This record gives sequence, structure tokens and C-alpha cells, in this order.
Amino acid sequence: MITQLLPAMLTVAEKEVHSPEFATLYVNQAIDFKPGQFVMVWIPGVDEKPYTISHHTPDRFGITVEAKGVFSKKAVSLGAGDKIGIRGPFGNGFNMGVAYKRVAVVAGGCGMAPLAPLVEAFQTHTGPEIVLIQGARSKSFLLYPDRFTAKVEICTDDGSKGYKGFVTDILMEKIKKQKIKDLSAASAPAFDMVYACGPEIMMAKVFDICEAHGIPCQVSLERYMRCGFGVCGACVCGHAVVCKDGPVFGSKMLRTMADFNTRALLKTGKPVPLNEYATWRCQ
Amino acid sequence: MQTTFLGKTLHTPIVLASGVLGNNKAILERVWENGCGLPTMKSIGPAPREGHKNPTVIDLGNGMINAVGLPSPGYLNMEEEWQELSGRTFPINASIYGGSVDEFVRVAEFVSAKGPDFIELNISCPNSDKHGMIFGVNAQSSHDVVAAVKKVIHVPLIAKLTPAAPDIASIAKACEDAGADAICAINTAGPGMVIDIESRSPVLAFKKGGLSGPMIKPIAVRCVYDIFKAVSIPIIGLGGISTGKDAIEIIMAGATLVGIGTAVRYRGISVFDKVTNEISDWLAAHDTTMEEIRGAAHREVL
Repeated sequence: MITQLLPAMLTVAEKEVHSPEFATLYVNQAIDFKPGQFVMVWIPGVDEKPYTISHHTPDRFGITVEAKGVFSKKAVSLGAGDKIGIRGPFGNGFNMGVAYKRVAVVAGGCGMAPLAPLVEAFQTHTGPEIVLIQGARSKSFLLYPDRFTAKVEICTDDGSKGYKGFVTDILMEKIKKQKIKDLSAASAPAFDMVYACGPEIMMAKVFDICEAHGIPCQVSLERYMRCGFGVCGACVCGHAVVCKDGPVFGSKMLRTMADFNTRALLKTGKPVPLNEYATWRCQ
Repeated sequence: MQTTFLGKTLHTPIVLASGVLGNNKAILERVWENGCGLPTMKSIGPAPREGHKNPTVIDLGNGMINAVGLPSPGYLNMEEEWQELSGRTFPINASIYGGSVDEFVRVAEFVSAKGPDFIELNISCPNSDKHGMIFGVNAQSSHDVVAAVKKVIHVPLIAKLTPAAPDIASIAKACEDAGADAICAINTAGPGMVIDIESRSPVLAFKKGGLSGPMIKPIAVRCVYDIFKAVSIPIIGLGGISTGKDAIEIIMAGATLVGIGTAVRYRGISVFDKVTNEISDWLAAHDTTMEEIRGAAHREVL
């Protein structure tokens, strides 16, 4: 049984290798879960890190890991039969609203992982129309090709697949197109909600675009975490506690978060500009 | 529920325990706005320190075990935070630690000049081999560090004590004799350990860690009771305080202010307002006051 208390040691049932950088570890265990929530993943003797749940069915879930640092490289080297400790789920998850007609989902790189279960939850016959925009450095970094029934607008930094450029360019274009379609109802926003996860600068751009067009958005933030449940303060972003108040933050909260897209705390607690934080995190 | 403490007016008698949230001005302010009379900053150390690897904090259900390991930017690398805090509208308690009397003195002198309302000496952290608890378990070392720091600071000094001391009352008395203006008790208890039996591994990366929350409340109440008998300076009582009734209990043991840390996990950041209101309600229902119940458990029951 997985709880927010001591980690449950669980056996990896399967590993799906997506690319040299990405792999998903699956565990055959039920977990009470809402898209956007995360678990703390413990490899004894190595470390414990927060990972969003990227795959979920009633009796199975998966976490997608990008091999970047000591922990994640160890994690992607694990395979069926290996054990990992899991506690959670933690955080608020995405607010899926009520009777949304049209939503946009904007994913950058491994930001696709928390958004994928959201897209799947929306992909029902009663769900909203989904405009799914996915970007990555290059083709091999695009997670989960063919996973969704919704059409995916692809863009890559190097043009190796889809549009060469940023996800936010496509988002702008979609908003404009929708506005033309909606001329009869000029005051209606192009989307009921825009969901985004990716590099913080990308999410900030999505937020700015949404603000300019009167569209509400939700973004999922990343900070260095320790407890996972809002006590230790390691992950504060301004006055917000990312692990507990977030990791998903809506427009109203984002407007008040001074450190959004500006600062993050290092492990020492020192606040630094985001690029310095990112450099440290990728070591 | 305004309270005066060492000459400062606090809007409630509730203190944020050091090591909980206190990582930047914005969160300290939010805690204050939620009913905390005195937010405490994360312990400030003599040099940059990352703390331990995870797992560092685990909820055991009736309290937590933690070995975060005193992360700190180091006292010389916090200019940005002091700048922000200089314009604050709320009081702060600056917790500091060191590995020697000299380090405590150096950090304390520097921090004092930055204008916190209080300085709390963390001579009680169990989560580092070199810092903290080694001072707080010995009356002479406690006396030495308090006396040395007292000479170089210009704000009231609070000594934070550990329940690991064989006789916490004698440590408190040594701190008082050395010039401490108040006692804060208790830091986390133990240290303890939890082992995952499947992996045969201690769960915390540091292996052992301090215990906090409801499971240690009786220890905290006993410590405050013993300290109250031994000293005449005020006491900040904490350790497992989650409700107004818990607060009343530790006040009856002798506390003037009440600290809250782990209860943020169980009742959210609004726990400070909740506990304040619960104290008020209890006092009103019993037609009594904070002053009247302070140390009440020490009086003979006829």
C-alpha cells in the first residue's frame, strides 16, 4: 500500500526505454492519483527525488525518468525485478474544470510526463476538444509518439520533426485562428484553459500569452524538494510552497509569485537566478 | 491575542519552529499573516552547507523523523535576504549554529548587525556530527557559547535546547547564568531511526534523525516543566504542539510562548490561527488568562 508516510518498497514490473535519455519504470500497484501529482522515488543508498506520475491505470502506474544526474542515471539503469521506494502521491494536481469545451495542452521536453495523464483523462467522448502542442530539442526527445488520440502539433528546436521553433509560436497561432473562427462571439476566450509544463521560461511565456488574451492557465513548477508535504520549505517559490500548494499553479496565484520565472533556491537555501539553478540541477 | 515577549509586541503567542518553512522573506511573512507571532528563520551557519541527501524528512503519521542536516547559504551569502527582510513589517527570530564557540560568535555578531528581533542559538540539532547538540548536552559548553555570543550581539538571545541532555534544567540554568534572555525547548528528540525491512536499509540518508510532532509532546512538556522550575527567564515551549489544548498544556508547564513546526504538516499553514483561536476559546470557556495558567501545573492542588 502506497501512502504519504514511509516509502513502500515496490518491484519494478517493466521498463520501457523511449530513447537513450528517457525510460519509464512501471509498478503494478494501485495508487490514488490525480493528473499532475507526484511521488517521492527512493533508491536506497542513492537518493530520493520527486517524479510526476506519467502513466496511470487502476492497477498500474509509471514514472518517466530523463537520465541527467546521478539519481536519474541510476533510475534508468534499473529494470524489471529491481525495487524502488515510493511515497505519495503529493501535491495538488491539475484542476480539470467542469464541462470545458476547448483546452490547450503545451508540453516542452520532459514536461510531457505530467501532462500525458491529463490528456488521456480529457480524451473521453464527453471531454473537451484538445489542442496538444509538444516541443523538444529534437525528434528523439519527443516523448510518447502515438500515445494520444488527440492530434499533436509538434515542434523541435532543430527542426528534426514538425515546426522548427517554439511551442509558444504555435500556441499564439492557435489562439489567433480560434479568434477568427469565433468572430461571432468575439468576447469568448480561445480556450477554457491552457495547461503547460516544460522549462520555466516556456511556462512564463505561455502565462504571458494567456494573460494577454484573457485565457486562464495552469502550469506545473519544479523546485528542489525534500519532504514533499509542505513542511521543510526547500521548494518555496516566493510565498508558495511548491510541493504542497502546487506543483500546479493557476493564473491567479502566478500573478502573485515574485519568484516565478526569476529565482529558485539551491540545496543550501540560497536563492539564485533560474539559469544558475538549472545549471546546478542538470549536473 | 497580543503578547509581549522580551520587550517586543507579538500579535499572537505562537512561534514558528526553526527549520520549518522559514526559507525566504515571502514565506516568513505568509506564516506571520496566518497567525504566527514570531516566525523563525532557518538556522544560519558559518559556511555554505547543502544538508544531507534525501530521504531527509519522513512523516511517521504521529510525527516526523528528519535529518535535513542544517542546510544554509552561510552567513556571508545572505545579503539578498537581509535586504528584503530590512523592509519587513513583522518580527523575526534568527536561528544560528556553529561548530565551535568562535564560529557561533562570528555568525552571531554578523547576524545581529542585520537587525533581527531575536537571535536563537541552535545548540541542540541532532542532525550534524559537528554542530549543535554537542554543545547543548553539556552545561559548561552551553554556558561558554551563550556567554561568548551574548557579548557580541545587540538583540535578545534565546537558547534552544535539546531533550537529549541528561538534565535539561541544569543546561537551561547554565544558559540563564551566561546571560540568555529566554529558553526555547525542545529541539527534536532522539535521534531515532527507521529501517526499511525490505531493503534492509535505514530510510533516512543520514540514517538517524530527530523526532518531532505529537509523539514527542510528553517529553516537551516534561522538559518545559523542569526548566520552569530552574530558571526565571521566559520559555518558548514546543515539541508536538498541534492544538490549542496542547498549547495550554505546555503553558501550564511553564511556557510563555508556544512553538509550532510539525503541525504545519497536519493542519496546514493556517495552524497558527487555528491554535491561537483554540487557546482564546479555551481561556474564555474557563474564564481565565494566559498569565493565570502559566506554570499552573507547578502549584499544589488542594
